[in-house]
Amino acid sequence: MSEKELGKKWDRCLADGVTKLGTGLGLGIVFSVLFFKRRTWPITLFSGAGLGMAYANCQNDLRSHYLPHRSQKQEL
Amino acid sequence: MLRVCLRGVKASARKDCGRLRVIHLQQSRGYASGGSSSGASRVVFTGLLTVSGGIGGTVLYANWDPKFRAAVEKNVPYSDWLLGLALGPAPRDSGLPVRKRMESIQPPSMMEKQKKTSKVKSGKETAEPPAPESSQAAPSPSMQGKMMESIQPPSMMEKQKKTSKVKSGKETAEPPAPESSQAAPSPSMQEASAEATQIISAISEVQSVPAPCDSQAKGYHDVSFCPAAVSASLEDSLASTAQATLQAIGAQEAALQAITLHTDKLKEAMEAEAPSEEKSTQWKDLEAALADRTTSMSDAKAALLKANEALDALKGVIDSSKGLKVPAARPLVLAAEENLHRMMVDLDKVVSKVQSAESEAKIVAQYSELVREAKQQFQREVSSLTPEIQANWKGLAGKLSTDDLNALIAHAHRRIDQLNRELAEQRVREKVHIQAALEQQKLEDQRSLENAVSSALQHVKEEARLEQERKLAELREVIEAEMRTQLRRQAAAHTDHVRDVLKVQEQELRAEAEQVLSSKMLEQETRYRQLSQEQLDNFTLDMNAAYARLKGVEEAIDSHVEAEAAARKAHQLWLSVEALNYALKTAGAESPSMPLEDAAEAVRASCTDNDFASALASALPEESLKRGVYSEASLRARFNALRSLARRVALIDESHNTLYQYFLSYLQAALLFEKQQEAPPTQLRSEDLDPFKLLSYASYCLEHGDLELAAKLVNQLRGEARRVVEDWLTEARLTLETRQAASLLAAYANAAGLGSTQVP
Repeated sequence: MSEKELGKKWDRCLADGVTKLGTGLGLGIVFSVLFFKRRTWPITLFSGAGLGMAYANCQNDLRSHYLPHRSQKQEL
Repeated sequence: MLRVCLRGVKASARKDCGRLRVIHLQQSRGYASGGSSSGASRVVFTGLLTVSGGIGGTVLYANWDPKFRAAVEKNVPYSDWLLGLALGPAPRDSGLPVRKRMESIQPPSMMEKQKKTSKVKSGKETAEPPAPESSQAAPSPSMQGKMMESIQPPSMMEKQKKTSKVKSGKETAEPPAPESSQAAPSPSMQEASAEATQIISAISEVQSVPAPCDSQAKGYHDVSFCPAAVSASLEDSLASTAQATLQAIGAQEAALQAITLHTDKLKEAMEAEAPSEEKSTQWKDLEAALADRTTSMSDAKAALLKANEALDALKGVIDSSKGLKVPAARPLVLAAEENLHRMMVDLDKVVSKVQSAESEAKIVAQYSELVREAKQQFQREVSSLTPEIQANWKGLAGKLSTDDLNALIAHAHRRIDQLNRELAEQRVREKVHIQAALEQQKLEDQRSLENAVSSALQHVKEEARLEQERKLAELREVIEAEMRTQLRRQAAAHTDHVRDVLKVQEQELRAEAEQVLSSKMLEQETRYRQLSQEQLDNFTLDMNAAYARLKGVEEAIDSHVEAEAAARKAHQLWLSVEALNYALKTAGAESPSMPLEDAAEAVRASCTDNDFASALASALPEESLKRGVYSEASLRARFNALRSLARRVALIDESHNTLYQYFLSYLQAALLFEKQQEAPPTQLRSEDLDPFKLLSYASYCLEHGDLELAAKLVNQLRGEARRVVEDWLTEARLTLETRQAASLLAAYANAAGLGSTQVP
């Protein structure tokens, strides 16, 4: 069903975001603990990076239909 | 850069060429300046040489070959003048001699022909006569033979030649035998025998002619009656006369010989001074010769008489045969006449010879008489003077005494005186005597001349007459032959003409007959064809009518059958369509209907021959067949769920698809309110293409059961909203298609069923 795709995409996005955020957070924490003397900025950086990546991924996923390199297969 | 290079190359090349050309020109100029004059002069010289060589060669060859010269003179205008200068006038004589030769060819040919004919004639003349030939008699038998030939074919001629040769051979054997019996052979006798053989051969030829002529006459039917009798009589008379003349001639010859012998003997006797015994023998011989002479003379006279009689008889026979006027015998008559003439001529000659001999003998006799008389007288005188001396006083020369001698001398003197006196007298009367003798001689000469002239004239006349007759006979024959050929030609022409006319007539008649035949045939044919055609037409018409009726009946039956089949089919179709509709109705709330495959199959089975129905049946989409279709209610419910989603992604499309846009579109969907259901206008304007409006129109349509319009409206969505409702749209399409096909099929089945129902 085509109407369910959007929902699926949102689910993926959320899951991905959560994952990435968490991973980023974790990595940030790890890094900040390990390398950066418990500063906050690696945490935020990594979590931000993670969030950003999630955002990008989500956007990409949502617009994947309209992009040429993937839409060729899909449009077919 | 390439162009520059090229330009540079070209420039360099041009420079080089220019340099080379300059060099060449210089060189050539150098050569030319050094020997330009020599080159031109050389050219001129060579040209002159070739021209002169050509002219010289032409002149030489013209000198050698006149034909070439003629050709050159003909073709090149002034060459004849040049060649005349060089070689002298052309040998034009070659033309004239040719012409002369041409002209002369004809006369020589004619002359040759004449010569040939004459040669042939002479050859025939020379070839024909048998072995013993004499110049006199040779032409006559050959002429005779030629005349024979003119009426005989060559085979007969050859036969005749052979027979004549054989006969003449026989005859040559015969005459010498009888001739030799007569007298001693002498040249005159041989001549006579030769003449005799000639005559006899002529006669034999004459004899040989009539026999084949008889047979020929029977074959040719030329002569009215066979001249056998005439020829027989002619030949008999000829034979007898020939014999008589021969005899006469022989006798005359004998007489001549005897006369000559006698005269010779007499001369001898008179002049010779032989001893007495020889004298007596001489005188005896003389007497014997005289007796011979007399007998031979008498014989000759008798023979001459006989010959004359025979000649007269022959003449009579010839005249009588002439009087008969038998054409085939004319040559025989002519020949006989000629023979006669010849015989007469010979006879006359011999007679004249004999006469001359006789006259000579007379003279000699007279002389001898005179001498004898003188002797006798002398003897008488001597005896009268000296009776004692005997007859042969010559032997008594020593016994004579002086007296006797004196007496003798005196007598001699006296005699001498007497003789002197007689001599003087004679001298005196000389002239008178001479004159008398001359006159006598003249008279005699005249007489003999007259005789000779008359005889010669007669002979000549006779010869001329014979010649004329011969010529006439020849001419007659020639004319006869010509007339025969002309007649033959005419007959041939007539036959040809008749043949041609007959041929023409035959052709005409045949053409007529053929025409009539063809016309009749044509008539018959046309009539036959007409009849047959009529029959065929009638038959065809009947057949067509029957066939048409049969066809009509068949068609009626077929149409009935078809109608029934159609009705059955329509029923079936309708039933299957009903089944299909029922299958469609089995769609649940959320689940699609049952797969329509069976129903579709049934429909297809029931409409195999109907293109329209089969097309419709095959127009059912695959999905509906396999999976079934959703009902309208389910679609409606689904749409309601979809609507909110579509509203949320209303702003998203190709260009606007970031998350921010998503957020904005979500915001718009939350804040915007539209009518739940709005009636769509009949014509969509551009502002109606707003998704919210479209969705409200679509829900309105759906609520009112117009799935089609709803689908159309939903189809207008663009972007993400469209992607979202894509599935719903395909489902809606499927349903619509299936329903359309089913409704069409139902309509068709109803119509077919209605159509197939027969009016009772």
